[in-house]
Amino acid sequence: MHSIVAKRPLGPEIAQYEVEAPRVARTAAPGQFVVLRLHEQGERIPLTLADWDPSRGTITLVVQALGKTTREMHELYGVGDVIRDVVGPLGEPSEVVGEGTVVCVAGGVGIAPVFPIARALKEAGARVVGIIGARSSDLLFWLERMDEATHELVVTTDDGSTGRKGLVTEPLAEILAARQVARVWAVGPAVMMKFCAATASAAGVPITVSLNPIMVDGTGMCGACRVEVGEHVRFACVDGPEFPGEEVNWDLLLERLAAYQEEERCALDKYRRMVQEATR
Amino acid sequence: MIREAQVPMREQDPGSRVHNFSEVPLGYSEEEARQEAGRCLKCKTAPCVRGCPVEVDIPEFIGHVETGDFRAAAATIKRTNNLPAVCGRVCPQEVQCQGVCTLGKKFEPCGIGRLERFVADWELEHGIQSVEPPPPTGRRVAVVGSGPAGLTCAADLRLLGHEVTVFEALHEPGGVLMYGIPEFRLPKAVVAQEVEGLRRLGVGIETNVVVGKTVTVDGLFAEGFEAVFVGSGAGLPRFLGIPGETLIGGYSANEFLTRVNLMRAWQFPEYDTPVRIGSQVAVIGGGNVAMDAARTALRLGAEKVTVLYRRTRTEMPARVEEIHHAQQEGVEMEFLVNPVQLYGSDGVLGEAECLRMELGPPDDSGRRRPVPIAGSEFVINVDTCVVAVGNQPHPLVPRTTPGLEVSRRGTVQADETGSTSRSGVFAGGDIVTGAATVISAMGAGKQAAAAVDRYLGAGG
Ligand SMILES: Cc1cc2nc3c(=O)[nH]c(=O)nc-3n(C[C@H](O)[C@H](O)[C@H](O)COP(=O)(O)OP(=O)(O)OC[C@H]3O[C@@H](n4cnc5c(N)ncnc54)[C@H](O)[C@@H]3O)c2cc1C
Ligand code: FES
Repeated sequence: MHSIVAKRPLGPEIAQYEVEAPRVARTAAPGQFVVLRLHEQGERIPLTLADWDPSRGTITLVVQALGKTTREMHELYGVGDVIRDVVGPLGEPSEVVGEGTVVCVAGGVGIAPVFPIARALKEAGARVVGIIGARSSDLLFWLERMDEATHELVVTTDDGSTGRKGLVTEPLAEILAARQVARVWAVGPAVMMKFCAATASAAGVPITVSLNPIMVDGTGMCGACRVEVGEHVRFACVDGPEFPGEEVNWDLLLERLAAYQEEERCALDKYRRMVQEATR
Repeated sequence: MIREAQVPMREQDPGSRVHNFSEVPLGYSEEEARQEAGRCLKCKTAPCVRGCPVEVDIPEFIGHVETGDFRAAAATIKRTNNLPAVCGRVCPQEVQCQGVCTLGKKFEPCGIGRLERFVADWELEHGIQSVEPPPPTGRRVAVVGSGPAGLTCAADLRLLGHEVTVFEALHEPGGVLMYGIPEFRLPKAVVAQEVEGLRRLGVGIETNVVVGKTVTVDGLFAEGFEAVFVGSGAGLPRFLGIPGETLIGGYSANEFLTRVNLMRAWQFPEYDTPVRIGSQVAVIGGGNVAMDAARTALRLGAEKVTVLYRRTRTEMPARVEEIHHAQQEGVEMEFLVNPVQLYGSDGVLGEAECLRMELGPPDDSGRRRPVPIAGSEFVINVDTCVVAVGNQPHPLVPRTTPGLEVSRRGTVQADETGSTSRSGVFAGGDIVTGAATVISAMGAGKQAAAAVDRYLGAGG
């Protein structure tokens, strides 16, 4: 049982949760994730760690209401509520090397998991350039924290409401053309990571991406999370979640992410009806 | 006059049971059980006891059943087997106790498994006799994994007075009993009751702890545990390694069964986890796992379920009862067939190309090796394909425990007492043997509990 000790809205459908999980907080590292299950009937979903505090015994998660589970968490779970299961930290930690210039790109809620990676890279001695982007300004968050975790920060929005108008790949391409960059990290929606990988590859710079396939256990026992990297089938939950972006089969990832679209819609509809009935 | 055949066990009718997940065999009544117990010859040699990996005193418990003293029968079984409700349902009795039964030389062997199930269910229904653990020794032992190996080891250690905590990666204890074996064969309520018994005994169970990630074996020693038993099982699914296996609709048996059993996808959308089931389902493999997947697919509403096995019926490792039940329910079986490629459109599985095989000379396992027949390719329609060709030891604990030796197959090296290359670390069950049986895992858990006790007694 894991209590929510703090919840803060970060945008229209985005919130930050601080959740009791002392064992996870004790050993967490950048790049790792947890699997959580809200309640007895719930599904298991992976969420990348945004932060953790071993002394308080808590972890920080940033969640956007998208599918049934994340919407339920957004609408029905607040301070004092209990999340039934949290397991982690799972996956391999990011390989933090403190040399040269590193560009950390984040899209949407990807800002949250990129934050501890950028912070660790900076602490290790790398020069960290951050690029964070969202559709519009109300979906951006943690600008100050990201500012602190990087040496330079570029902000983009699709509609130009904050920062530069356009996609994250544009400043990325410019920076890669102008400077000697050791590595790019990209965390966010699969499509965004796919284009970052193309941009980095074109510039001949290695890129690390954090893959987010559908998972069940998150411990390597089912293979739901299979991805193809450099012609090899890998389990994202134990072999990843980070992989060399230039070798990822993005089309396969995108297809597999959509495998349960119909069922997800059905679950969401049922949830909406339930909420409606409860509030009538 | 001895009845030649076992007293039949009432079962759900195949026509209706393929539409539900309720248990198929319905169990004996007291009368039926006493009748079946009466078939036991009480032969002096009792080969059945030696046929049982944990040496249950079978003639003694059957004697108690015959006289109607079911409580005493339960006590007899529980002296050596702490999960009888599970074993009575899933043990391969035909190659163990019943395989060597004297009565079986002439007639059908005594229905030992059915009687064991009867006794265990009777006890669960009439209230379990509580056992008082002896005074605490003050020694702490950690058990990794809550499958039959871990649960058995934990129970025995607790009964020896030690303080035991079981660490389980998943959110429910039980291992394969919970996530692998389906409800219609082993109701989850039965497993939950067995686990509850352990809790009442004072065994601590911490779920959601992945040893090797959340905490390492060395971390457990640092937390004050003096010995660690590793029963982390063979949870790593093997795939075929053929093109098209990542198409949507292609599952490992582990994923398919975990979605359905642990996550209760058969109750979607009441439960949140879905499972995709097509009308044409192919299950690859010939073991219990394949039978479970095939019968599950039928119950989820598949029109046609075909088991593709690359050897013949004779080599199938599944329990006889499972094959029988599967066929009764309408599962089709194609022998000497092996898929070589899966095809689909828009990323979704649609067809499987297969090859016909013939049996060649025996391989390492002693079974005749299947060899492909050149030019025998054929294509079948498949929209769900479940790969059930075996599981390997889970590498996480060995990989994160320095000094713990593993074999080339990835199994932890342990002797028959469960002792490993590291002092204070014991192991047993599928992590040591590779995928095997519930009862052999329990046997290993028992041996290891005794060895841990000796180790602690010797001053740890
Ligand atoms: C579908 C299926 C059907 C089967 N049918 C039969 C049958 O009819 N009869 C029969 O005798 N046998 C059957 N078997 C085989 C039998 O279930 C296994 O041999 C037996 O469960 C092995 O027990 P175990 O305790 O070694 O491991 P498991 O039951 O696999 O339990 C291991 C446990 O450890 C946990 N774990 C793994 N790694 C970690 C970690 N790092 N940290 C914490 N926990 C961890 C796992 O989550 C799991 O709960 C079947 C197996 C399957 C998959
Ligand atoms: S989520 Fe099951 S193996 Fe990765």
